[in-house]
Amino acid sequence: MIGALTVGQRQAGLVILILGAVVGLAMAAAGAGEAFGAHGLIILAFCAALSFAVLARLDDPEPPAERRRAYYDDPIKVGIVLSMIWAVIGMFFGLWVAYLLAWPDLTLDAPWASFGRLRPAHTTAVIFGFGGSALIATSFHVMQRTSRARLAGEFSPWFVLIGYQLFVILAVTGYLMGINQSKEYAEAEWYADLWLVVVWVTYFVLYMRTLARRNEPHIYVANWYYMAFILIVAVLHIFNNIAVPVSFGGSQSYILWSGVQDAMMQWWYGHNAVAFFLTAGFLGMLYYYLPKRAERPIYSYRLSILSFWGIVFFYVWAGSHHLHYTALPHWVQTLGMTFSVMLLVPSWATAANALLTLNGAWHKVRDDATLRFMMVAAIFYGLTTFEGSFLAIRGVNALSHYTDWTVAHVHAGALGWNAILIFGAVYAAVPVIWRRERMWSNRLVEWHFWLAVMGTVIYVFAMWNSGILQGLMWRTYTDAGTLQYSFIDSVSAMIPYYVARAVGGTAFLIGTGIGVFNIWMTIRQAPEAHLALDRPTSPAGEADDRSVPAE
Amino acid sequence: MFDKLNETLKKVVAPFHAVFLLIFRGHYRLERYSLALALAIVVAGGIGGAVEIAPLFTIDETVEDVPDMRVYTPLEQVGRDIYIREGCSTCHSQMVRTLVDEVDRWGPYSLAVESQYDHPMLWGSKRTGPDLARVGGKYSDAWHVAHLYYPRDVVPESVMPAYRWLARREADLRDLPERLATLRMVGVPYSDEQIENAIPDALAQVDPDGARVDGLIERYGEETNIRNFDDLAGVPTEMDAMVAYLQVLGRLIDIEAIEAAQQVVEDQE
Repeated sequence: MIGALTVGQRQAGLVILILGAVVGLAMAAAGAGEAFGAHGLIILAFCAALSFAVLARLDDPEPPAERRRAYYDDPIKVGIVLSMIWAVIGMFFGLWVAYLLAWPDLTLDAPWASFGRLRPAHTTAVIFGFGGSALIATSFHVMQRTSRARLAGEFSPWFVLIGYQLFVILAVTGYLMGINQSKEYAEAEWYADLWLVVVWVTYFVLYMRTLARRNEPHIYVANWYYMAFILIVAVLHIFNNIAVPVSFGGSQSYILWSGVQDAMMQWWYGHNAVAFFLTAGFLGMLYYYLPKRAERPIYSYRLSILSFWGIVFFYVWAGSHHLHYTALPHWVQTLGMTFSVMLLVPSWATAANALLTLNGAWHKVRDDATLRFMMVAAIFYGLTTFEGSFLAIRGVNALSHYTDWTVAHVHAGALGWNAILIFGAVYAAVPVIWRRERMWSNRLVEWHFWLAVMGTVIYVFAMWNSGILQGLMWRTYTDAGTLQYSFIDSVSAMIPYYVARAVGGTAFLIGTGIGVFNIWMTIRQAPEAHLALDRPTSPAGEADDRSVPAE
Repeated sequence: MFDKLNETLKKVVAPFHAVFLLIFRGHYRLERYSLALALAIVVAGGIGGAVEIAPLFTIDETVEDVPDMRVYTPLEQVGRDIYIREGCSTCHSQMVRTLVDEVDRWGPYSLAVESQYDHPMLWGSKRTGPDLARVGGKYSDAWHVAHLYYPRDVVPESVMPAYRWLARREADLRDLPERLATLRMVGVPYSDEQIENAIPDALAQVDPDGARVDGLIERYGEETNIRNFDDLAGVPTEMDAMVAYLQVLGRLIDIEAIEAAQQVVEDQE
């Protein structure tokens, strides 16, 4: 893969890696003996390992010029593999914390192995590691195919993908070592946040440059969603994370915002991370892989337009529903609730548009587990967005907030919608990218499908029960007008559900393991295919990206 | 009948129909220009955030006006940083909502002013364990120490992790003046004197018989909890810092002042 880069690109890569190693070394020296220093060493090792790999190939011959007439799929291959590795790591952490809630002593007497540190490691590894790597990899696939153009650049895709991995590694290892700024889903400290901005800007530029090369007058709907994902996530990330470091030689920083403003900023970020990372980005995935696999056009172009702008406009208002009945001013809570309910319209329009696309292809859904993954994901998307609008209503939120109902809702989305969609997309993409006839084993895809669906359903039902029970116990009064249950009564009552949840999670992780094995065997052993038509039609001009009049 | 219904529906939908057509035509042009599409996405996505967030910084009623709001002592701030480091807010909220059962269970509901110096806020989103907004003074220091060391010794049904290492580790006070100075930069009103004396003040808080106690009281007030929280001699441990922080939660403002401020808010409504 390194051999497919030009000598100049290899040299540029080496320079950046050496710069990174120097920064790592400086951090290691400044923070010697502390977690910040350990992060320096991690950066140093990361850059050193990659530069050795580049050095070993530095003098290889220049790649042939004909490569420019093909799609550039190497970063997609690596992105898919990395995504699967993060899936296993992230779900393992998730399973561990699930078992810890049922058996709290199932751990070591070590700070890194305590619930409070493992839990952000779980959320970050699955959302940003597994989900984020899958988003980057699939976006590279989708933007090339729907533009019928090769990626604009051979070096920047690697910078984005590998640079992003460094961010996730810093985040996850940081939480385990106690580097945490306590902003939910944005726990990483200032230097990791700054690095992500650099990576993200490069990602956006790459996307725009590739679109500029497109050999289609119109930008396909999947790309609108990927663009919304990249752009809005950048805005959210920057504003939510503005912080002043105590020193440039340490990890500690204090966030600029405080109290009620910080709470609003946090949930504006938190909810829209769901909206634009886990929804818009994944809708981009859905809008390409589902119609492609079903071999049916999108049901309605106009419905796509309405639901796209509905989602982009409405979602941003909804974050304050995380703060009902708190010290946040009432008017903001009411606005958040109103828009959350209205959000159901574009959400269901999107889900309906996806499911109606399957009209005429339902026999394929029956026979093809890969398409069934995507169909089930669309159904879970519809269910979860309904539940989300429902939970945003103030009276419902009074019961559900702070309980496991939230956890049920999040996992109906994260497992049922995001993870299941990724697996569907990956099963569709792997044979294309690696030029295989099919996946190594379709029976294993079936096994994975049923384990994933079963695991999700067990998980979500367990947490629905525990959440509602918890909420009711907290507000039950005796006839004498006193609270009937102490808090610890509600903790004890959760144990059976926590066990059931862990069982559901175990099934899901086993399914993931089967999927990873199947993907590995497909890469190694599945029969090769020759896909003559899978190549760009736009001329491969590199100096002048706008040589094709796209507009 | 259906025809009539259909006619009525068409009339109702007609104005929307025009808007929809405008959107469709506009988008059909827009989706051919990648930069224009990007710009439109940022504008459409930016409106909601701007309308909901910007006014929170300018409307005075957002944060109540309460006299004598104290700041965290240096040791309490160290404890808060440990609370953040250990991810305590993944399971413990610090926000009593304005619901009867919450007030009955946890105490007076939380006011915005109580977290106005909290960078970041720790309102939390989940109560796997109890709310801690008003935990200060509810249990003894010894209870907290035993509970953090091994929760199931004190509460057999608890599912909380054991935080034994807090008792083993000395609290890291080295960069404490810089930490307070940084907090001042983001808006916490620490004085020069408080910043300069951060380390002696942290040591003084666990040494009630020591010579430096007067300075600590002078800078942080009579209400400051000055005790050897973990009952171990010598420099403060992380356990000291953590318990000092837990014992001040909900106590930065006197309870009478909180109730008076709540009365003002309710009278306005």
